Amino acid sequence: MGSFLTSRFITYLLGGISSGVVIALVALSLVIIWKSTHVLNFAQGAMGMFAAFVGMNLVFKGTNYWLCVLLSLAVGLALGGVTERVLIRPLYGKPEINPIVVMVGFLGVIESAIPSIWHSNLLPVPTPFSQVYYQNNGHTILISPFVIFQVVLALGIMGGVALLFQYTNLGLKMRAAALAPEVSRLLGVRVNRLLTLGWILSSGVGAMAGVIVSSGQSLAATNMDGIFVSAFIAAAVGGLESPIGAITGGLLIGVTESFILGYWSSNMAPLAGVIVLVISLAIRPQGIFTRNITRRV
Amino acid sequence: MTEATPPPLTLAVEHVSVRFGGLTALNDVSFSIAANEIVGLIGPNGAGKTTAFNVVCGFLAPSSGTVRFPALGRENLKPAQLAKAGVARTLQGVGLFDHLSVIENVMAGAQSRPGGGFFTSLLGLPISSRREHLVRDEALAMLDRLGIARFAKALPGSIPYGIAKKVAVARALMGQPRLMMLDEPASGLDENELSDFASLISGLKDTMSVLLVEHNMDFVMPLVDRLVVLNFGQVIASGPPSVISHDEAVLAAYLGVEQ
Repeated sequence: MGSFLTSRFITYLLGGISSGVVIALVALSLVIIWKSTHVLNFAQGAMGMFAAFVGMNLVFKGTNYWLCVLLSLAVGLALGGVTERVLIRPLYGKPEINPIVVMVGFLGVIESAIPSIWHSNLLPVPTPFSQVYYQNNGHTILISPFVIFQVVLALGIMGGVALLFQYTNLGLKMRAAALAPEVSRLLGVRVNRLLTLGWILSSGVGAMAGVIVSSGQSLAATNMDGIFVSAFIAAAVGGLESPIGAITGGLLIGVTESFILGYWSSNMAPLAGVIVLVISLAIRPQGIFTRNITRRV
Repeated sequence: MTEATPPPLTLAVEHVSVRFGGLTALNDVSFSIAANEIVGLIGPNGAGKTTAFNVVCGFLAPSSGTVRFPALGRENLKPAQLAKAGVARTLQGVGLFDHLSVIENVMAGAQSRPGGGFFTSLLGLPISSRREHLVRDEALAMLDRLGIARFAKALPGSIPYGIAKKVAVARALMGQPRLMMLDEPASGLDENELSDFASLISGLKDTMSVLLVEHNMDFVMPLVDRLVVLNFGQVIASGPPSVISHDEAVLAAYLGVEQ
């Protein structure tokens, strides 16, 4: 068992899963917004990092780590709601390119604002769990208590979102409002409120991804840029509409990247997303978990 | 001798006009629906039936006139206020949520009921969980009442059109409406489905009023208590089917005969 866990294959697999869950979280947040408002939020990664900056900076000043996580989450939730109400709501019904342009601009604003608000700090954010990898008979297993925490937290958030959407009345209303807003209004659903809620929820998930990425690393406004690109591909692989597709896409990209890094070359790692995208487009262009809707008459 | 009290009105459309630029889609249209009455809104293509329906639902604001719901003391409601006000509407076609199962579609019709709030749902509190179970059981019972419970887990795209239409009615009934508005309920149905649907609509009369827009006269005539006939955006006749079927203005509108 020990040699199995320390084998190169399993080492790379575990490493891929731990980076894949973060990609999956960001991809999930993109899908939530796409499903609820049909907007591609190019500022998703930057918004998550902004929320992470607010909370994680306080860790350096001795504030309890968990309180800082809660603060980041609160900022993330609020930022999502404000962004929808102020930047996105006026654009409903306008050409689809408009919110894309606005969110690309917002990405630039956030990434410029962060360094002007917070002084650069190259120290890594302290983590609540040890980052030292476990050992087995002198061999390193690429798992640490902190990696386990990251994976469990990410999976917990994904599970919570899935339960909310699938098994609660709120989730049913959100899905209905996204599918057919006018019909939902007729049924008494307050659609506008749910659109805001979609952004709040998505931004909260993005903030938690920002927290996971930032913990154990030095804080930088662009920490999420590479992850966002992978997450965008993961969401596309899932068909943009499918949360489970986005999560699977994220994990696939993370694992592929890890195998390329391990067996091939670190220079080639960015190819992981492209490889997964090309294969998925060849096999199932509509998305790996997207259901075909056919009409029987 | 005392006069019999008229039944209370569920809906009163009063002098409603709708203009789109220079085009008048509805011109001083008035009609009403009493409690437990089935009223058919008919007329040739382009007569203004769907516009009238959309004004009642709040999809369109009237240029002048009022849509009153006397039992509620409310008027000119917006679409999102209809369900709470006891008004349900089905759409032309079926208007089901394609990615939601049949049972979820029907459960979505219970949104005007109390409970199922934001925080209780988000936190998974027991009160929310109890509501979910209650609504799910009710939705299943509703499907059973309409004889389509076996399709509960299917997606709308995989069920026959006639069944999908019944699902749309089941969803509307989940709001426990006082006024049911049916937009072309007979379209696309075969003979057996038509007779099935006619029985279903007749049965609704015990607990609510029904306003329906329909082209199929064979379906409408034996079903409704009263007809309101529109032509070129105006009401040209109103009364029981037996009277309307001999009305010269109506015959002229349908047959294109000049008076």
